[in-house]
Amino acid sequence: MSSKIDYSLPLEYQTEQNRLNILGFWIFLGAEIVLFATLFGVYGVLYQRYAGGPTHQDIIMIKDVLIQTVLLLTSSFTMGIAIFEMRRQQLKGLIFWLVITLLLGAGFLFMEINEFIHYVHLGATMQTSAFLSSLFVLLGTHGAHVTFGIIWAIMVIIQLLRRGLTPTTARKTFIIGLYWHFLDVVWIFIFTFVYLKGMVG
Amino acid sequence: MGIKWDEFFITGDPLILGSQIAIVLTMVGIVAGVTYLKKWKWLWSEWITTVDHKRIGIMYIISGVLMFFRGGMDGLLMKAQTSRPEMEFLDAQHYNEIFTTHGVIMILFMAMPMLIGIMNVVVPLQIGARDVAFPQLNALSFWLFFGGAMLFNISFVIGGSPDAGWTSYFPLAGKEFSPGIGNNYYAVALQIAGIGTLLSGINFVVTILKMRTKGMTLMKMPMFTWTSFIASVIIIAAFPIFTVALALMTFDRLYGAHFFTLSGGGLDMLWANLFWLWGHPEVYILVLPAFGIYSEIISTFSRKTLFGYKSMVLSILIIALLSMVVWVHHFYTMGSGPAVNSIFSITTMAIAVPTGIKIFNWLFTMRKGRIKMTNAMLWSLAFVPCFIIGGVTGVMLGMGAADYQYHNTLFLVAHFHYTIIPGVVFAVFAALYYWWPKMFGFTLNEKIGRWHFWLFVIGFNATFMPMFFLGLDGAVRRSYTYSVESGFAPLFLVSALGSVILALGFIAFCYNIYWSIRHADRNITGDPWNARTLEWATASPVQPYNFAKLPEVDGLDPFWKMKKNNQGLTIKDSEIKEIHMPSNSGLPFIMGVAFGVAGFFLVFEWHIAAAIAAIGIIAGLIYRSFDYDEGYHIPVDEIKETESKWRNVEGEVHNYVK
Ligand code: HEM
Ligand SMILES: [Cu+2]
Repeated sequence: MSSKIDYSLPLEYQTEQNRLNILGFWIFLGAEIVLFATLFGVYGVLYQRYAGGPTHQDIIMIKDVLIQTVLLLTSSFTMGIAIFEMRRQQLKGLIFWLVITLLLGAGFLFMEINEFIHYVHLGATMQTSAFLSSLFVLLGTHGAHVTFGIIWAIMVIIQLLRRGLTPTTARKTFIIGLYWHFLDVVWIFIFTFVYLKGMVG
Repeated sequence: MGIKWDEFFITGDPLILGSQIAIVLTMVGIVAGVTYLKKWKWLWSEWITTVDHKRIGIMYIISGVLMFFRGGMDGLLMKAQTSRPEMEFLDAQHYNEIFTTHGVIMILFMAMPMLIGIMNVVVPLQIGARDVAFPQLNALSFWLFFGGAMLFNISFVIGGSPDAGWTSYFPLAGKEFSPGIGNNYYAVALQIAGIGTLLSGINFVVTILKMRTKGMTLMKMPMFTWTSFIASVIIIAAFPIFTVALALMTFDRLYGAHFFTLSGGGLDMLWANLFWLWGHPEVYILVLPAFGIYSEIISTFSRKTLFGYKSMVLSILIIALLSMVVWVHHFYTMGSGPAVNSIFSITTMAIAVPTGIKIFNWLFTMRKGRIKMTNAMLWSLAFVPCFIIGGVTGVMLGMGAADYQYHNTLFLVAHFHYTIIPGVVFAVFAALYYWWPKMFGFTLNEKIGRWHFWLFVIGFNATFMPMFFLGLDGAVRRSYTYSVESGFAPLFLVSALGSVILALGFIAFCYNIYWSIRHADRNITGDPWNARTLEWATASPVQPYNFAKLPEVDGLDPFWKMKKNNQGLTIKDSEIKEIHMPSNSGLPFIMGVAFGVAGFFLVFEWHIAAAIAAIGIIAGLIYRSFDYDEGYHIPVDEIKETESKWRNVEGEVHNYVK
């Protein structure tokens, strides 16, 4: 764990500890995949158990969901630009695009909360049926991850502002980037298997 | 909300009153003792805030021993209750609580920390590293485990113990049929400990993949490192499933969701599936490191390289894969139909093949070896026949059609104790005798160890062998009593007497620790067993930085080769460079406390208080994010001094001659 620095590599890979952290985070994402796979599995078992309560077609607001999807997918793209700026050593550009990403993420979250409120107004709560329990927990877990990601990214931005681009801050930024893309991928599955499939019936 | 304060403390039961008094007295005793000896500062700065993998490992092991005591007491209470027909020592409810806490504590708070503790102590040394990849995360893992374990343990005096079995099947474990808060403890405490375990898994995978010393390719890793690696991979693959299952249980119980309930479209068997999707891999998380321990010990004390190294690696890989596809064998009686049951019967029985390969490899390692009968070796020898009994009865249970007969009887209970006690507990004892000098700088007494060994092994067989026959005669598990007419009485009595012998064995072990702390010879070398792998190329106890100079490796049994060819054992002054070390941190401990407190409030469904405590957790994470501590360096002179203390004048490692 020496602090030997290898300048031939991108900033975030330059120290040994950074390489360890990034590998560790990939493996953590592996565990996250298992976690979401289990939630999808549970949803897959329970998704038609309406127990006399509302069904997919009764509650889904597909237009809003489409907007959410666009927001989140765009935010993944802007996160990509942010990392690109980081590789070019452009601190300003990096922070700018990170902020854009967070705004898009916050927009997504705002709409998702609205969606939940709408469901509750329709009388579709987590206590209504097995279907809704699994729906709320699947969406809620993803939403909680996005919330967590936003708070975390704000912390990283503060550190970037204070310390500039160092191997450590670059590693932190890179890792939050991985996390953000991962949440995007999960959303694509949610969009397909929950919303699209739900609309088809 | 709505918790009545008069239900907060469990009252009215003499046994529990006794434990409450005992707990209070112990706590007062500990606080008074530490204060009297003026050890608070030492405790805080040397142990609670430590990030050293060896110390964290020792803390895991101490917790494991304590939990073994607690779980063992539960076991003895059950044995006392069933020693005679229609005993009135424990009532049905009390018996339910005790087998539940016994199962949970033994598996999650005894076996897991013991093995993770041994992994912590040994793996970085075996791969020639200075620590794990993420030392502070490692401390967090420990404190999360510890917080979860403590939360679970207070359940029987505050609020009531869970009572739906260690499997906590729905619908019984749901709010409808278990309205008390006991089962909330199960959901919350295991969740907290589980997060710690998951983080350990990640830590070890990265450590083993990235921090091996020069020349140690994957296929040159010691067998214990291999099995720890695969166990960590299984942890990462399986624990998130349990995380989800427990979270859903929490939603059902606390927030009225319908995942596993009978009403609202929930599916009770979904819980059983999720539980065992984690639960079966979990038993391999336990047994694989144990297999690694036996491999090291058998090879050391047979004075031979492990036989069939490649087939050993292959068989643990196959076991790991198969462990993911056998979970249905725990509920053949669910009635998924002959096709499903047949498939799972086949995968289950298939595990016997790689396991058998390993058994033969151990036997062939011993063949023509110059076997040295140390205590560590004795445990390894006893393991083989006992575990085979467990394995063969496992294949019997694995046959779906036959399982309809054995299901839910004491036959099953005997079977899994015959796998888990030789497979884990014997291994832990063997490992403690073997690696004790690395941790503490002295060996445990071999003579007292013999008492420990014989009492425990005889007691174990006497306790559980009768249960096979009781089970075949129809005695069901989890039943607090039986009638005189059943004719079970004699075998139950034998079993109860056996458990007393077993307990004496454990007492001998505790006495051995006590005796050795007081009297054992401190003047031992780094290599008291004439062993083969890199951990023995260090001092006893191991220096804080493990290796002054990182060793180089070009094959299996590297330290053995170094000794034989007399190379790489010395260190020149010029080779000593200053060493970078991570700083201690109090944050992991504080996080463990915050998790424990938040969990406690959640158990009592005091949501606002829980939310406030959860803010503490977030604050800890934020603090960590802004923490740029770079660690410190041990200066060359200090290293020179430490090294000269345990090396002879030529700078060589002492060889052990006895
Ligand atoms: C120290 C000696 C031990 C004794 C005397 C003992 C005794 C027992 C008894 C009497 C039962 C309940 C049988 C029934 O009525 O269903 C039981 C269940 C169990 N034991 Fe042990 N046991 C011991 C060690 C262990 C160890 C080391 C482990 C695991 C590492 C373990 C894991 C379990 C589990 C998981 C259950 C099932 C609990 C349930 O039904 O929910 N036991 N044990
Ligand atoms: Cu199993």
